[in-house]
Amino acid sequence: MTRALNGEQVAKKIIEAYPGADAVADRAGVIVNSESLFQVAEFLKKAPEFDFNYLGDLTAVDYTDYFEVVYRLVSLEHNHSLVLKTRCYDRDNPAVPSVTKIWRAANFMEREVYDLMGIVFMGHPNLKRLFLWEGFEGHPLRRDYL
Amino acid sequence: MALQTEPFILNVGPQHPSTHGVFRMKVTLDGEVVLDVEPVIGYLHRGIEKMGENRTYTQIIPLTDRLDYLASLTNNLAYVLAVEKLAGIKIPERAEYLRIIMAESMRISSHLMAVGFFLNDLGAMMTPVLYMWREREKLLDLFEMVCGQRLTYNYMRIGGMSHDIPEEFLPALKKFVAEMPKFLDEYDQLIAKNEIVLVRTKGVGILPKETAIDIGASGPVLRASGVKWDTRKADPYSIYDRFDFEIPVGTTGDNYDRYWVRMQEMRQSVRILEQAIAQLPTGVVQADVPQLLRPPVGEAYGHIEAPKGELGFYLVSDNSIAPYRFHIHPPTLINLTALKDMVVGWKIADLIVTFGSIDVVLGEIDR
Repeated sequence: MTRALNGEQVAKKIIEAYPGADAVADRAGVIVNSESLFQVAEFLKKAPEFDFNYLGDLTAVDYTDYFEVVYRLVSLEHNHSLVLKTRCYDRDNPAVPSVTKIWRAANFMEREVYDLMGIVFMGHPNLKRLFLWEGFEGHPLRRDYL
Repeated sequence: MALQTEPFILNVGPQHPSTHGVFRMKVTLDGEVVLDVEPVIGYLHRGIEKMGENRTYTQIIPLTDRLDYLASLTNNLAYVLAVEKLAGIKIPERAEYLRIIMAESMRISSHLMAVGFFLNDLGAMMTPVLYMWREREKLLDLFEMVCGQRLTYNYMRIGGMSHDIPEEFLPALKKFVAEMPKFLDEYDQLIAKNEIVLVRTKGVGILPKETAIDIGASGPVLRASGVKWDTRKADPYSIYDRFDFEIPVGTTGDNYDRYWVRMQEMRQSVRILEQAIAQLPTGVVQADVPQLLRPPVGEAYGHIEAPKGELGFYLVSDNSIAPYRFHIHPPTLINLTALKDMVVGWKIADLIVTFGSIDVVLGEIDR
């Protein structure tokens, strides 16, 4: 059984390593601020006790007040998982750092989120629309897109 | 005097027999040698995630049929498992067993298509496919028997199955399960001992273990590269922990290994089917679930080992009749990330074969 790590314990460990990450537990896992997302993700991959070498899923949810980007991290060695989240409150120019340098798996998933939700992933090697054509206006998965 | 050459850009698809649907590859070539591949997708994008936000939980089940349309029943299964996790529903024993039977039959059916079309891409035009279809046809007849459909089954429901199996189903399935290993031997003899197949597939399109993990590959593509990771064992869902089966793992991660892993998985599926038929209990197949389900506020991620890899559904509920967010994690889109790593430096004919070995279905990639 893949063990879902306890959000509070992981948040404590993240704060020890990165006090500025504002890590707090939520209903599914841990939320960190978008400024320190890249460092935290790298820490979670490299720390031997976590060893999250596999990115299981990456998606985003539009809660109208903010966007939430959801990362599902898995360790194939330890067989445990963690849901890592970050939020961006700027509706006009939402941006979070890209994690493609940590997990190449993020490549297409970040392009998909950019395409359908309009969140820019800073540092992505080839950030362009994945499904919709160039010149398409708007981002259909936002709640205010009708 | 040396000839001056320059790279050549070739469009493969979107309408092309080798692309298994509407898929386009922008290939940069130096003569026949592949320098770069850029997949261009989205031709079949129907906005299924957005459509899901405007439908009730039950109304979404037929949409999932149209993802990987060669394995509709496993799509149904992944989705209903996610909803049941979200709403905390427990389903009857008989329904659990029927789900296993359907999922494993579906795996055999999907792998038969995968192997058949893989050989098609190798240039063995249509003959091997028709051998595979001989057995797939029997499975389609079985599915038709239970739900009247041959492609989009829509058989599972939140809390169980839409109805019980007819009485002629089990004898027909038992006959199939008894005969299948013999046919698999026949395929092995025809394919795995064919010198041309071996020369064209062994050592071609290698995906190293570390790359496979890094790009997030799953399913036969990941296991062929030597990673022993199968959601049925690593994170058992439904009742998979009750069955005795093995996870076949490849060694080099080449095209032959991906073919071999699929062939072995079919044998393991037959084993699971034998056990499930023997243990199948009697009883009801549907739990009491409200017609209009309103799961509590929260989120859930349900994932299964679909024939092509790890298929996941991420649901966010706001306690209304429709999900607030309905996200699908498609295995083949992620497996496609590795295509460039596998083909650069090989000939264009090997590109077609390697692409076939990933086994993609565009309905799932584009959604």
